[in-house]
Order: sequence, then C-alpha cells, then structure tokens
Amino acid sequence: MTAALDIMANASLWAAVLRIATPLLFGTLGALLCERVGVLNLGIEGIMTFGAMIGWLTVYQGGNLWLGLLAAALGGAAFGLLHAVMTVSLGLSQHVTGLGITLFASSLTYYIYRLVIPVSGSPPTISPFQPLSIPVLSKIPFLGEAVFSQTAPTYLAILLALALSYGLARTPLGLAIRLVGENPHAAEAQGIDPIALRIAVIAFGSALMGLGGAFLTTSAFNSFFPTMIQGRGWVCVALVVFASWRPGRALGGALLFAFCDAYQLRLQHVIGKVVPYQLFLMVPYLISILALLFVARRAQVPQALMQPYRRGER
Amino acid sequence: MRYEQRTNIPPILLFVAPLGAVAVALLLSGILVAIAGAPVLEAYRGILIGAFGSRLSITETLTRATPLILTGLTAATAFRARLWNIGGEGQFYLGALTVAGLGSSAGLHLPASVLIPSLMLAGAVAGMALLLLPLALRLRFGVDEVVTTLLLNFVVLLFVSMMIEGPLRDPMAFGWPQSVHVVPNATLPKLVQGTRLHIGLAVALLMSLVVWVIQNRSTFGLEARAAGLNPQAAAFAGVSLPGILVRVACLSGGLAGLAGAIEVLGLKGYVTTDLSPGFGYAGIVVAMLARLNPFGVVVAALFVAAMFVGVDGMSRALHVPSFLADVTVSLSLLTMLVALLLVSYRIRR
Amino acid sequence: MLRLENITKRFGALTANENITLELAEGEVLALLGENGAGKTTLMNILFGHYRADEGRVTAFGKELPPGKARAAIDAGIGMVHQHFALASNLTVLENIVAGAEPRWGLGSDRAAALAKLRGLSARFGLAVAPDALVADLSLGERQRVEILKPLYRNARILILDEPTAVLTPAEAETLFSTLRLMAAEGLSLIFISHKLHEVMRSADRVLVLRGGRLVAERQASATSVDELAELMVGRRVTRPVRTRQTAGDVVLQARGVGLIRGGRALVADADFEIRAGETLGIIGVAGNGQSSLVDLACGMQATTTGQLALFGARVETVSPRAFVRAGIGRVPEDRHAQGMVGEMALWENAVLERLHEPRFSRAGFVRRKAAKAFTEDVIARFDVRGGNPTTRTRLLSGGNMQKMILGRNLLTSPKILIAAQPTRGLDEGAVAAVHEQILRARANGMAILLVSEDLDEVLGLADRVQAMVKGRLSPSVATEHLDARRLGRMMAGVWDDAA
Repeated sequence: MTAALDIMANASLWAAVLRIATPLLFGTLGALLCERVGVLNLGIEGIMTFGAMIGWLTVYQGGNLWLGLLAAALGGAAFGLLHAVMTVSLGLSQHVTGLGITLFASSLTYYIYRLVIPVSGSPPTISPFQPLSIPVLSKIPFLGEAVFSQTAPTYLAILLALALSYGLARTPLGLAIRLVGENPHAAEAQGIDPIALRIAVIAFGSALMGLGGAFLTTSAFNSFFPTMIQGRGWVCVALVVFASWRPGRALGGALLFAFCDAYQLRLQHVIGKVVPYQLFLMVPYLISILALLFVARRAQVPQALMQPYRRGER
Repeated sequence: MRYEQRTNIPPILLFVAPLGAVAVALLLSGILVAIAGAPVLEAYRGILIGAFGSRLSITETLTRATPLILTGLTAATAFRARLWNIGGEGQFYLGALTVAGLGSSAGLHLPASVLIPSLMLAGAVAGMALLLLPLALRLRFGVDEVVTTLLLNFVVLLFVSMMIEGPLRDPMAFGWPQSVHVVPNATLPKLVQGTRLHIGLAVALLMSLVVWVIQNRSTFGLEARAAGLNPQAAAFAGVSLPGILVRVACLSGGLAGLAGAIEVLGLKGYVTTDLSPGFGYAGIVVAMLARLNPFGVVVAALFVAAMFVGVDGMSRALHVPSFLADVTVSLSLLTMLVALLLVSYRIRR
Repeated sequence: MLRLENITKRFGALTANENITLELAEGEVLALLGENGAGKTTLMNILFGHYRADEGRVTAFGKELPPGKARAAIDAGIGMVHQHFALASNLTVLENIVAGAEPRWGLGSDRAAALAKLRGLSARFGLAVAPDALVADLSLGERQRVEILKPLYRNARILILDEPTAVLTPAEAETLFSTLRLMAAEGLSLIFISHKLHEVMRSADRVLVLRGGRLVAERQASATSVDELAELMVGRRVTRPVRTRQTAGDVVLQARGVGLIRGGRALVADADFEIRAGETLGIIGVAGNGQSSLVDLACGMQATTTGQLALFGARVETVSPRAFVRAGIGRVPEDRHAQGMVGEMALWENAVLERLHEPRFSRAGFVRRKAAKAFTEDVIARFDVRGGNPTTRTRLLSGGNMQKMILGRNLLTSPKILIAAQPTRGLDEGAVAAVHEQILRARANGMAILLVSEDLDEVLGLADRVQAMVKGRLSPSVATEHLDARRLGRMMAGVWDDAA
C-alpha cells in the first residue's frame, strides 16, 4: 500500500502526467471547438494518426521540429476541411462522415508511411523536443521538476486551453462561435455566416488534433508506428463531454485522465506481477466511459450539435 | 447553393450511386499507385486478377466476404434504427473468444450438428451482450453510444489479449499468444474442397435474407424503421423506443458476434489479436455502400473483400503498400456519402 | 425608403413569389396579408438576405442590396423579427443581442457600453428585459421583446415582423401594437406579416394581399373591411361549416384534478374537464400554456402526476398510446410532421402504425400488407386525400392532405373520443373547411371531441363549451353561446372569476 502512495510523491509522476495530458489536451480542445460550432468530428482518431506520422516524417526528412508541428497542423486542417465540406456544406451525416475520415486518414497515413519506410523492423527515430526548463520556476523543488521542465508543445497546449477559455467566453468571435453552436438561425439573423464560421472553426480544431498526434512522435516518443494513437482520439471525444464543452475544464479533465494513466503505468511496475498488464491498459478506456456516465445527464450540450444547417430552412 | 430534395429518385440512380462512388474511389487510389511509382493500369489489372483471376482467388474473396457480410449487416441493422453501433469490432472479437473458450473444452462429445449451431449462438449472444451494455448506458444515463462502443472495442481487444495469454493460452503455440484450438467436431465443413471457403458463407447469405424479411415484413421491422426515421412520431404511434432499440441491439450485436464465431469455426480454429483486420469498421463501409439494404450488403461485402484480396496479390508484385486496399475502401465510404446526396438532391444555384 | 422590384423566387416547380413589387415609406406600417403558403415569409427572407431571389432586386435607402447576404441587410438598416424566434436559449439576453454587432476580431467586448445602449432602447420603446437572464428562462412574451430589441440594437430603420402575435395573448398583442405605433411615430418603417385580419385592420396603414405567390391587391387600411380582405386573401367567399345544436350524451372522458409535473415544473395543474358523447369541448389558450402537456395526457403519452383520468366512467389504469387507441381514443397530434406522420415512410405504413398490433393488420409478428394497403385506400377515398396512393412517401403530401390522412386513419376506425390538437394549424382555408367538416360530422355521429386550439374563430365555430388554459390551469367551462371574442380574450389572460 505504501508503494502505491510512494508513486505520488515522485515528481517524475507529475511530469509524466503533463506529458500524457498534452496530446489529449490538443485533441480535446480541437474536438471541443468543432462541437461548440455544432459539429461532431469523429475524424479525430484518424487526424491524430495522420498528424503523428506527418509531423514525424517532416522531421525525419530533415525538417525542423516546429516545421513538423506545422505540417501536422496543416494536415489536420486539410482533413478538417474535408469533414467540414461534407458535413456543413453538404449536410451529410456527421457520424458516418467522421468515421469515414478516420478510416481514410489512418489508412492513408499507413500507406504513406509504408511508402517511405518500406522495411518493417524497428522504426527509425528522430531527435525529439527537449525539455525546456523555465528559468527560476524550474528551480523550485519538486514543482520545478514536475511542472516547469516540460517540452515546448506542452506549455503551448496549456496556454492554448487558457486562451480558448477566455476567447470563447469574452470575445466577439467566441460569442459568434457559441451562438452558431446553439442556434445557427439566430446567428444568421445577426449577420454571422454560420456555414463559413463552422468550416473555419472545424479546420482550426482539426489542426489542433493534428498537433496532438504530432506531439506523440516529436515529443513524447521519437518514432512513428501504426496504431500508436490507440483510441486517444475517442478518449478526447469523451473528454469533451466530461469537460461540459469548456476549454478550462478540458484542461482539468485531461490532467485528471493523464494522472490515472500515469499512475496505472507506475502501479503496473509495483503490482504488475500479480495482475495482468492488460487490466491496467484498459483503465484509460474504462475511465472515459465512467466519465461520460457521471456527467452525461448534467452536461450543457450545444443545442445545435449534429444539426445540419441549411440556409432558410427550419 | 441550395439543395432540393428530389420527390422521386429514379431506381436506376440508386444502383448507379454505389458504382459511381466506387469508381471515383478507385480512380483516386490510382493517384496513390502512381505516387508509389507503379504502373496504374497494371495495378488495376493486378487487383482484378488477384480477386477473381482463378478458382482459388474467387474462393478466397468469398471467404473474406463472409465476415464482412455479417459485420455489414451489423451496421446496417443498427444504423437503420439510428443506433450508432460502432462496436462491431469488439463484438466480433467477443463472439470469437466465446466460441474459442467454449468450443475447445466443453461439448467435446457433442455431434457437429448440435455443437456448431450452439457455438454460433453462443458467439452471437456474446456480441449481443456487449452491445446491450452501451445501449443500457444510453437509455439509463443518456450516454452517447458512439463513443462508448468505440472505447469498448479497445477494452475487448485487451481482454482478448489477456485471455489468450492467460486462461485460454495455447501451450503448444511456442509462446506465440493464441488461444487453444476448438475441437475438430466444431470446425465448419468446407463449401469447396481444397479451398478455405466454408459454409459460413451460406450462413451469412441466409442472415441477409433473414434480416431482409425482418425489416420488410415484420411488425418489428416497420416499427424499428419508424423509430429510426422519426422517433417522436413513432412514440406517438405507440412504438416503445427502448424496446425497439433493445431488440435492434440484439440483432446487430448478435450478427457481429456470429461473424466472430464463424471466423473462428470456419477458418482459424483459434483466436489471436489479429483475427480481424478491422472487419467491424469495414462493416460500416459495407453497410453504407449498400445503403443499409441487406441484399446490397452482400454485394458491397464482395467489393470490399475483393479489394483486400486483390490488392494483397498485386502489392507484392508491384511494390505498392497493401494499405492501398484500406485507403480505397475508406475513400469509397466518403464518395458514397456524396453520391447518395447527389442522387437524392438536385443542386441549384 | 425600401423598394422591392419584380421579385420572383421558385423552389423547383413551385413559384413562391412571382413578380412582386412593393415600396415602403418612412414611418409607415405596411401589412403583408396572406394565407399560409402565400409567399409572405419567402418574400421577407429575400428582403432580409436569407434567400436569393431568382429575379428582381431590393433597394434600401437608394442603394441596391447584394442578394443572399443577411449581413448586408442588417448593415443597410433592415431588421427582422422571426416568427420562430431566432434566439439561443443557453445564452443570455445581452449575448443574444450583441452577437454579431461588435468587430469580429476584437479581443474583448465592451459590456458597459452594450448595457447602456440596451437600457436606453428598452426605456425608449417600453421593452423591458433582464440583460443577464438566460433566454431559456424567459416567457414567450419576453423572448419576443428580446427578438425586437435585436434589430433595434443594430440601428434598424426598417423592421420586418413575421406573425408577431402568434404567441401572445390578446392583451399582450395590444401592447405590441402600441409599441409598433411608437416605433412608426419615431420614423421607423414596419412590415407586418400576418394572416389575422383583425390585427391587420387595427395596426396597419396600408395592406398588401398575397395569394399563391402573387400580389393580388393593395388597400389603405382605412378604406377596406375585414370581409373584403378575407375574400381577397382566400380568393373567394369564405364559408366555414357551422355547428348545429345537438344534445350531448353520457360523459365519456373525465379529468379530476389532473396534474403533470416534469422537472419540478407543473405543466398541467389541477385540471378538471369532462366531455360527453356528441359534444365538443374547446380548450383555448396562447401557445405554451400547457396545452401540449394536456394533449399528451389525453393521448396516453404521459401518465398523470396527480389527479385521475376516467374513460367511460372507469379510472384509467394503463397509460400508453396503444392502450388509449384500443380504448377508443382517436388522436390528432398538434404537430403533424413531428408527431403525426413519419415523412419518409409510405402512406400505408403511417396509416396503420398506431394499430399495427391489431389482428386486422398483423399476424404472428408479420404485417398484413394487403389489409393495410386496403385500409389506406379506404382512408384516401373516404377522406378525399389527394396527391398520393398507399405507397407514396408521406412527406410528398401537402399539409392539408396529411391532416386529412391523420383524421381519416382515426375516424375510419370509429373511435368514441377524438382528441384534436391544433387541427388546422398552418392549413389553407380550403383544407380548414374540410377538417372542420370532418370534426363536425364526427360530433354528429356521437363522438366526444376535445379540441385544443389557439384559433379563436375555430373554437367559437366548433366547440359547444370552452375552457381557457393559462399557465397549466383550466378555467371553468363556459357555453359558447355566452362567449364573444372579448370575453375569450380575458379568459385567455387568466381572468375567469366571472366566467362561470
């Protein structure tokens, strides 16, 4: 029992929490934005996969790490645009289109990866983002190691969550986004073009999903392998609900989730001999389902979520 | 731009739509083949020959189509009632695992005519149970089943992995994680001797007929359709939505479980974690290509199976990654969605 | 100030607006009168940029408006008050009003300035609202005030109001008209869309009548009459069938202290009513006062939370649509598209869905398709349903024919009780007459009818007795002979001490 508690006292656990939370945070914020304008984006799993691959590949081909992130964001935006055109402009089923995007994006990812790296063996590596110690703050005992010695994209994700939290609540653009997600007819009547805004926001949100994937290959690990996303995208979709569609709570949700994940990884080392490791690996998925269970009834769903908007129709 | 719903869709268009969608998807994949530096026309020919070029390849395609028909029906039955069962993959595996578990030890002395149907039923029940859980969460707590069924796929796969490395581990497999074999009595008879094609295909075809009859002739089918198209009106007419959804879930999950059962009994005889190359997800594509029609599912499953089998042969010869099949199949889902829109709407400025 | 020239708009084969030209002067109240489907709303959607006209142009203050852009219309000083409020219920009043008004890329918003401007407008036009209240918590009347404040906040000089009184009590409507007068006096120009003749006569300076997408007449309000307008609107003399006297039989449906509580809110409270065979009870009220819930109770969609319902003198035990249908209740829901019919299914399927499990339509779980289609043929023939056969997809029917279908599938099975909720909402005058005739015939055949309606004329024309519904409560019943529009108006406002 003390061993289980000792884990918590180790700063490396908390550093890992932030590291595990980062891709989830990117993905959750992306999915959250899409849903805030009224569109469910189940393309997330595939978009993250593509982002992971293209971010890694860009660096592997000699690009700068930030160029890798940019490539992942642009790739994500491109798939987001496809999703947006199909669901917003054409009004097709968001469920089926999203799944289609996921299947398409991930199979295309594998295809491109196999094309470039034909041999299957141990995957080639790149040199990833290094921890960036914040001056002064990183010197604080425990906290410095746990919080202020992360890689740059982690700080970026956290800042993004705070910025989006403020932006959605306090800026005109944020209000427009909320209005379109609640009632696109009302937005149209106020001179806001719901279709254009939806498309733009979905593309932006999908770019964030791409970044989430790229974090895995350029920061958390240093290589790409198929199936590495492992349902993280679906977890993000669950986290959006858990966060009640609020960026601030998404940060909290991602951290909570990452804590469970980091903790189970370490617990595995302690009691892994007696309990099958698969049970530990199930934990993230089961937590996601539990999270949905607890908040589903109370959550304030954007009222126009999954309702296609056609101009002049009611 | 505006869309106007056509008042009457010419039936011919409904056949043209999937064909057009598939054609566009194939054309787009041609670009990928070209990028890979392979001759495009040669590749198309290779796929065709790989899938239908010989007696053996035809039986391989049919063998591959068998689980796809069933998972296609899984998605088609659920989607029609607006039950978003994306958990076909998990239900498939749970069905397979159940059969491997029961079929390897119990019923050793039962004759095949009793053993095989009971094992199939057991697999189906496992699939049902797995879908009833997320459905219960939806009905009781309002949790969207899309995410829960998706997440459960991962849980089930881990569970399978745990079982075949633990209680169901085959000690004779040289450390390779796979389950024990089912007893010989439980193996499905071959449909064509000397090939892998087994009577599972006949079961799958029978199921598509059964589903058609249920959907088009039974009171339940009519009510399920009403519930899917307009739940409020269906409720007003006295259709119990939870009741309908539970029955739809049994049908849908059962079909996926059956698919897993048949794949084990007919082909491998045991379970591994790569038993399915994504049959559950491909089933969604199959269902959409078929416009959720149970007979259409058979045709769509044949197409998807042919892509996988055909590309497999072609990719080795021309050095094109075999993921080309996945790309084409998933693209055809997207093109099919657009095609359906074009068919049912006119676009006007 | 505003000019629409030769506007034509087609939807497929249907011409919604044909070559319409109109002008609006400063400070003028112009009424656009027409039946449902006459093209009023389409025309205003073109003016406001929701739709793009096939032909013609719109000029405001001398400048042509680019078609299909709501933003351009707003910037030009045109505002629209939508019939189905264009409000987001999870946002606050202030947020609904200022959205889209501030520079899009601003990093913050000036709440104080927005509040001051809103308060000023509220005071000037007598439109009091609570800026930080969630729209979800507002009454329909309050929501309409928000809806009117939105264009005013954007400095609109031309205001289009689409059926603005639909959700108001007669008294609230009066207040609205004085607000509109106030606006006109301040130089705003108003276009007022309605199909209610009395309102148009009371509030407008000038009346344009639309019929079948064309402009058929223009009159000064002072130089016309309700009768003339009615005839212009419908295109012929209007005659609705009239009720004849008849003696009622036994009580067949009785409610004693019935209440329905959902989510802590009493939707129906302590309601008493009874209906006898061969009698029509009218329930009148402004939308949103609990009528839908009352209909749900009477249709077996909801079980009562308090009190009890008795059918033919016996207390109702099982509450389900099927049990109620079996007991002999015919049900016409208030929203034919959402509740009455599944648009994507065939007529025959909709015709039998309620009674699918009766032996005549199914056996051993299988549908008796021949019998179902024959039944549908019968409904079509006997109730004059046009535009379809049993295999037609239901959504292709017009509203009137759909309603005849719903009435027919019920009446053909000779129920003892008919629940008719808003039976003529959104129908044109021809269809209204047909529906009224069926309801009167059902009464003559000894059926007990519960008529729930927001239409005063309909209730006065069809019902033997009337009860008003206000905030979930029912007034005592009053015989129709003792009622006129004024007294009904007071009952709808909740004043019924002197009613009995």
